[in-house]
Order: sequence, then C-alpha cells, then structure tokens
Amino acid sequence: MTVLDSAAAGVPATDLVRVATEKRATTAKKGLTSPWASIAAIVIAVLWTIPTFGLFVTSFRPEADTRTTGWWTAFTEPSFTFDNYTEVLFGGQSPLSNYFVNSVIIAIPSVLIPIVLATLAAYAFAWMRFPGRDFLFVAVFALQIVPLQVALIPLLEIYVSTGLSNSYWTVWISHSIFALPLAIFLLHNSMRDIPVELVEAARVDGAGHVRIFTTIMLPLMKPAIAAFAVFQFLWVWNDLLVALTFAGGTRDVAPLTVRVAELTGSRGSDYYLLAAGAFVSIIVPLIVFLSLQRFFVRGLLAGSVKG
Amino acid sequence: MTLLDKILQLGVAVAIFAAVMALVLLLADRARGRRAEFVQSAAFLVPTVLLLLVGLIWPALRTLYQSFFNRSSVSFVGLDNYIRVFTQPELLLVLRNTALWVVITPILATAIGLVYAVLIDRSRVEAFAKALIFLPMAISFVGASVIWKFLYDYKQVRIVDGEPTEQIGLVNQFIVWLGGDPQNLIINEPWNTFLLIIVMIWIQAGFAMTVLSAAIKAIPDDIVEAARLDGVGAFRMFFSITLPSIRPALVVVLTTISIGVLKVFDIVRTMTGGQFGTSVVANEFYDQSFQSSDLGVGSTLAIVLFALVMPIVIYNVRQMRKVDSQ
Repeated sequence: MTVLDSAAAGVPATDLVRVATEKRATTAKKGLTSPWASIAAIVIAVLWTIPTFGLFVTSFRPEADTRTTGWWTAFTEPSFTFDNYTEVLFGGQSPLSNYFVNSVIIAIPSVLIPIVLATLAAYAFAWMRFPGRDFLFVAVFALQIVPLQVALIPLLEIYVSTGLSNSYWTVWISHSIFALPLAIFLLHNSMRDIPVELVEAARVDGAGHVRIFTTIMLPLMKPAIAAFAVFQFLWVWNDLLVALTFAGGTRDVAPLTVRVAELTGSRGSDYYLLAAGAFVSIIVPLIVFLSLQRFFVRGLLAGSVKG
Repeated sequence: MTLLDKILQLGVAVAIFAAVMALVLLLADRARGRRAEFVQSAAFLVPTVLLLLVGLIWPALRTLYQSFFNRSSVSFVGLDNYIRVFTQPELLLVLRNTALWVVITPILATAIGLVYAVLIDRSRVEAFAKALIFLPMAISFVGASVIWKFLYDYKQVRIVDGEPTEQIGLVNQFIVWLGGDPQNLIINEPWNTFLLIIVMIWIQAGFAMTVLSAAIKAIPDDIVEAARLDGVGAFRMFFSITLPSIRPALVVVLTTISIGVLKVFDIVRTMTGGQFGTSVVANEFYDQSFQSSDLGVGSTLAIVLFALVMPIVIYNVRQMRKVDSQ
C-alpha cells in the first residue's frame, strides 16, 4: 500500500523498494548481533529436528544394531542398509506396499468429490438467488463445529445395514461428507472476492449459471481450490480415526496409518521395521510439503479447526 | 483384492461421480423460464444438502438420542450415562487428562512458537528456520507417535559380557549420561500423560509460529522504528509493542490449538492405546463405542466432546473475523 501511495506522489516505486530492503537488511544485522537470540533459536530448531532425524537414521540401520545400540552410534561405527524398507514394503503376510496403494486409492475420490460438490454449493450460495439461501448457508457454516466423533456410530450403523461396511465406498463417502462444511465455507469466501462485474457481464452476454461456473469461476478459483485440495489430501492421508472406524477391519481397504498404528502395538520393539514403516507413510506428505509449501501452509491454516 | 480390482473400483467410483455431476449440470443448464434459477440452485445444492443431512445431521441427532439409552440402545436410562461419565473414577481420570491436555498444550505450543517467530524474524535463514519447525505438521499424528515412542524407548538393563546393555531411546540415554537410572517412561503414571502432551506441542508449535510470524510482520514499521529511536530495548519492545499488536492472532492460535487438542485421538491410540492412565475423551469414545460396544457411554462421550468444543469454536470464529477485518 505505502509503495503504491508514494508512487502516485511521484516517487519511483523501485527506489522505495530498494530503501525498504536496505532497511530490512540493517534490522537483519541487528538480529544477528544478539548471540543469545541466535543460540536460543538454534536450540529450538535442533530440539524440533532431532526426533525425526533419529528415527530416519534408524530406518537405515541393520536390525541387530537397532536392537543393541542407539542411533547416535551410527556415526562412529557407520553401517547402513535398505533391508528394512524392502522387508516392510514387500515382506511378510501383509506388506506395507499394499496399504500404500490403499492410501492412494482412498485419497483420490476423498479429495475430488468434496471439491466438486463444495465449489458447486459455494457458487449457489454466492451467486444464485433462491428462497432460504441465507438460512441454509448459516446452517452449513454451523456444521463446522460438529466433531466427527458425534457422527461415527450412527454412520457405521447405516453402512453395516446397507452392506457397505469395510469397503472403499464407506471411507470415500465419509471423508467427503466430513469435508463439506469447511470446504463450502472456504470456497465461498474466495468466491465472494471475484468481482460482481465479471459475473454480470457474462449474464448480459446470455451465459447461464452453468457456463459462468465452468468458464469464469473454475479458472479464477484455482488457487483456492488448490489450497483446499492440499489440505484435504493431507487430512485424508494422515487420518486414523475415520479409517479405523470404517475400514479398520480389513487388509484390503485399510490405509497406511491404520497399519503403522497396528504395528506399534503388535511389534512395538521392532524399531528397524517401525522406523522404515513410519517413513513410508511420511514420505508423501513430506514431498507435498517441500514442493507445494505455499498452498500447504495456506491450506493447513485455513483448515485448522476441522475435525 | 488384487491391485487391478482396487484400481477398477477407483475408476468406477470416479466415473459414476463424474457422470452424475455431468448429468446434473447438463439438466440444470437446460432449465428455462421463470423457475430456472430455482431449478439450477437446487441442482447445485441438492447433492451436498443430502449428504450433510444423512451423514452429519441425522447421525448427530441419533448420537444425542443414544446417549440417553443403555449400551445396546434398547432401554431408556435417562441421564445415567452422563452421571457415569462424571462420577466413575476411570472416566473422571479421562476428564482430568483431557483438562491437562487442553490447558498445557495450547499455552506451551503458542509460547514456543511465538518466541521462535520473534527470534528468527528477518534473519537471513528465516525461510529455512521456519520450515524446520513447521515440518512436524506434515507428519501424521501416527508417524509423530512412532517418532516419539522411539525417543522414549526403555530397555531393561542386563549385563552381557560384563558390560551393561545400552539404551536405544535418546531420552533414557540422556538420563544415563547424566548418571541416572533409565525409566520405563511410557507406563510411569502420571508423568506419561505429560510425555504424550509433548508430542502434541511438538506438532502444534509450527502452526503457532507461522500464524504469529505473519502477525508480527504486519506490525507497522513506523511504530517499531519510533520505539527503537526512543531507545526501547528488545524486552520492552516485545512486551509493550509486539505482544499488544498481535493479541487477536494470539487468541486465534490458542483457541485453534485447544480445539485440535480436545479431539486428540491418534497420539494416545498409537502410543499407549489409552492404557496406563493416559486415555482422553476422544480415545475413550473410541474404546467405549467400538471395543466395549457400549453405545450409551460412547455416544455420551461424543456429546461431551461436542459440548466442550462448541464454545471454543464460536469464540474462535469471532476472533478470526476480527483478525480478518483488520
């Protein structure tokens, strides 16, 4: 804002930006001159990183080593292997690769369905006129406060009575339903930011709601949809409660989180397997985090109340 | 099921959904005349409203109803389940633990996130430093639980070839390095609850740091500059300028973390399964509903959770509006 205002007053904006960066640079130097601040920051950063790092190192250590010595000894007596990953991914009765596939198959429709439904609903709430619109919108908005625990038992009863329980369908449907209130709310917010003139111009040209929706709204909503998609994907991928309730009983459907949680119970001291297993389940969100950090942070912050 | 079966199911599901939505949009597009707007809005909303009615509103009402019935939802028991939740010693412990979680986690996570945000503000490595703390948010609660369970691991000390066996958990190794005896940390009541709380703090500090860092950057430069010219030191700057300026964001962070903490399930489930006196409301809900098959107490715990979360969410939403309108 300040840059724009002074540009109007005749000062070249680039100069102002340069001045601003120089000012930033001096304050940055000030920050670094306080050694205690730097030390405190480094201590927190190390404390926050060590736990993950320790398990990461362990996932590459031979089984015998992980049972007798701590991971920190791996630096004085290095010995590393990929065996843990091979065993956990492909070995035994129920290999993790199987659950990895389940996680992917659960995630795709669980992200796709609520996005489509919620963009349509958000459009209706933002740009259509029909009786009871405001009441309906407030009702959907209010549903955000319902913790999903409140819905689990009756939903399971419905699934059991329809013979759908322990299939992908129940997990897809449940995740879609639980995502809707938040998705509608977020997408409605960004849909309202689109200038009215755009929609009105299209109406004058004779475009119907469906055309406005597909040709104007969808392209303009891309960033908001992407942020929600990233959030919903991580939510579904990392979810344990919904998966455990609706697909926990079967190897054919259960996702990675269910299996890794099960392993911590049944093979609680086999850290060579647990470490590799945990990282198999972490790797996808980690890639999402590193490659889509912008959408990731936006999506997570927007959706932090969900659940 | 083979891999092919699974992919086939996925394909069928996506195709059915796409076909239904395409049909709905096509029909809506053909609506003409006075009632066109109404027909179209119905087409846009009916699938969503139906799903919410069947999947959220009806189940919530049914849970409320079941909370007044016995374990198999056959006979009406009035408030018995609620009385049990608030009097039975095991369930009181669950409530006490939940209270500990919801008091400690938001305060510590926010404090650490705030201090870190202030420390790294405008430093050269800010983006990298932020990523380090934010990273745990990408990890599932289950993954985080494995990470910390390993950290807390305890091995009974035996003598092999004249040497005592080593600890593989870092925390116990530290205790040994400091000259203490290793402890079976995870079953040590009541401290184990605090050990689980640390996991949640570890996850949530990144969230607090990100929101508060943005709030700190939004403080107008001239205020900070003016204070600096007046010779205000770092500590006074923090307490009389930074803190008051970011108050609304602080409230949002505290309440948001509280809501997440009230619903915490995965960490307790994975680390202890709710044993050793560590259960919390969301975990006890799962145990009672799906393991003890006591639908009465299970539903009651869900309603209690709802009642605990509701006021915080309402307050949170109001504060969020304030922050947005600034």
